[in-house]
Amino acid sequence: MLEIRDLHASIGGKEILKGVNLTVGEGEIHALMGQNGAGKSTLSNVIVGHPAYEVTQGSIRWQGKDLLALSPEERAHEGIFLSFQQPVEIPGVSMINFMRAALNAKRKYFGQEPLAAADFLKLMREKRKIVELDSKLANRSVNEGFSGGEKKRNEIFQMAMLEPALSILDETDSGLDVDALRIVAEGFNKLRTPKSSAIVITHYQRLLDYLKPDVVHVLIDGRIVKTGGPELAHEIEEKGFDWIKSEQ
Amino acid sequence: MGSEHQYIELFQQNRALLAQSPQVIDRLRDTSYENFCRMGFPTTKAERYRYTNVAESFSPDYGVNLKRVAFPLNPYEIFRCDVPNLSTSLYFVANDQFYERELPKASLPEGVIVGSLARAAAERPDLISKYYGRQAQSGEDAITALNSMLVQDGLFVYVPKNVVLERPLQIVNVLRADVDLMANRRVLVVLEEGASAQLLVCDHAMDERSFLVTQVVEAFVGENAHLEFYELEETHALCRRFSNMFVRQEANSTGTFDNISLSCGLTHNLADIVLDGENAEVHVNGCVVADGNQHVDNNTLIDHRSPACSSNELYKYVLDGNAVGAFAGRILVRKGAQKTVSQETNANLCATRTARMFTQPMLEIYADDVKCSHGSTVGQLNDAALFYMRQRGIPESEARLLLKFAFVGEVIDSIRLAPLRDRLHYLTEKRFRGELGKCAGCRTNQNCGL
Ligand SMILES: Nc1ncnc2c1ncn2[C@@H]1O[C@H](COP(=O)(O)OP(=O)(O)OP(=O)(O)O)[C@@H](O)[C@H]1O
Ligand SMILES: [Mg+2]
Repeated sequence: MLEIRDLHASIGGKEILKGVNLTVGEGEIHALMGQNGAGKSTLSNVIVGHPAYEVTQGSIRWQGKDLLALSPEERAHEGIFLSFQQPVEIPGVSMINFMRAALNAKRKYFGQEPLAAADFLKLMREKRKIVELDSKLANRSVNEGFSGGEKKRNEIFQMAMLEPALSILDETDSGLDVDALRIVAEGFNKLRTPKSSAIVITHYQRLLDYLKPDVVHVLIDGRIVKTGGPELAHEIEEKGFDWIKSEQ
Repeated sequence: MGSEHQYIELFQQNRALLAQSPQVIDRLRDTSYENFCRMGFPTTKAERYRYTNVAESFSPDYGVNLKRVAFPLNPYEIFRCDVPNLSTSLYFVANDQFYERELPKASLPEGVIVGSLARAAAERPDLISKYYGRQAQSGEDAITALNSMLVQDGLFVYVPKNVVLERPLQIVNVLRADVDLMANRRVLVVLEEGASAQLLVCDHAMDERSFLVTQVVEAFVGENAHLEFYELEETHALCRRFSNMFVRQEANSTGTFDNISLSCGLTHNLADIVLDGENAEVHVNGCVVADGNQHVDNNTLIDHRSPACSSNELYKYVLDGNAVGAFAGRILVRKGAQKTVSQETNANLCATRTARMFTQPMLEIYADDVKCSHGSTVGQLNDAALFYMRQRGIPESEARLLLKFAFVGEVIDSIRLAPLRDRLHYLTEKRFRGELGKCAGCRTNQNCGL
């Protein structure tokens, strides 16, 4: 379970999150919506421990632990995964070496031996199939020269490899064509377990049609101002955000 | 004049001893001596030594083995490591003497000579005098002058017309001494028309002593000849190396000159490559990994004298700690060198705030129909990439390592000798992990990866 209480965070001295409260229970999917610049990516980055953001107030607990006390890599080992809105290109670091380093670091954290080379490659192959990631991409440098859609698909491939307990999908749907969106969303659903939860940030209903969120939140100006069921997303798709703002 | 004095004295006092060298070597000494006295060590005002304090490196008192006391060990016995999968013909230059006692069993093709320069100068004076001291002009550089006045031996490689060496030659320069030592080494490589050879030269220091090395390399690449020359330095913090390489390539020849510096104290590598014949092609690459107080200065000149030649230069540095790196690469396209194609890139990574990099690419063009480009960058590790990796669980130190490794990977990937390429990937990774070495032969317990 993820529990965010009265979270305030700023970047470059500018406060972006102004008291976020959010609880995501085991196995739940929460959609997070809100206008451009509302602070959705900021919240994602703070959850995974991006060093550029300063938490000035509040707390985040994850499975009972004080998440803010952990380093980004420890948070990853503890099962938190962010599918980035803008995945980074890392020329010269092959997907294989990258994934191997990530997976083995996690194994080490839990006192396990590194995965044997053959087992690792087999795992890569299996997981690649789930999101139909081209083997050519898996043999290239991380995200280098990938199209926008390929990068998003690659994020979900990495998620498949790491099997996180909490996935944050930051506009994973943007940049995906209709077919790719279906493949990625169905892949995501295949990867779900009764214990895995997710925060899905999106501007569109289409992804939510596949993922079927339990709860929908609206973030405006650094605060969650409205929470509802799946119907809230439909309402937003239809009417935008102004009516929520005027409710305030 | 300060540091020069002891070398002037050394020369004067030992002139008779030095005269025991074969005449081809000895006859250049006096002019070189005069040149050295006239020029003195270059100061940082000298164009090609702007970033390296030469006099300071030469001021300590080093022993010089002018009496040619034999190397105390058999390097074939103590130096067992090799580049795996690379079947090379292996040779040693021990300090500044070619190690003659146990030649590799590998047989070389008819007419090929790989051996002591002094011996070749004695046995084949006609051949040596055609090339020795021709490209390296003692009147133009004090290190070349000093080397030419003191040098007694080194390596000679000769590949006659149309002979192709299938096996790479591996030369290991081992520094081994119980006192602080200066070594003056000379390398002469001659590839006649249509000949082809690959040379891998590794520098190692076996003792935790101060070593000062001057090296002058002269390489002649005849028409249609192909030379690949790889230098790898893996010495330690007490080593100082001043290497001057002079290359002349004739028409339709190809040359590859790679310099990889994985560990050292202070290194100044100067390389002058003259493309002296149409359609000659040269690749000049360098990779520097430095930390602590290491200092690596590469100064290159590619001189396009003939039309339709191409040059491609790539140097990459990763600097940590308080390391200082310098790269100055001058591309000179002379009048009449039409259809020249030249590209020069120097990219550098300063992984700490205290590491410093000086970069100075220079393009001088006196022909109008040419395609030339050059560029240099100095940057830090990409923070976004670092965070991306950490989010996936890769510890920060490992993420930094992967990024540095990726950065120099571009240079190593360009090496055509596949087993060397693999070995260098392995060595650079170990280097970044600070785990280089622990080879059975090394007393310093460091820095010997081969
Ligand atoms: N480094 C920064 N310095 C200053 N302001 C920043 C910085 N990074 C983000 N911001 C600001 O923080 C606010 C929230 O940005 P954030 O990326 O979290 O929005 P978002 O809700 O994800 O928007 P979108 O839907 O467009 O992705 C924006 O106004 C943005 O300009
Ligand atoms: Mg965003």
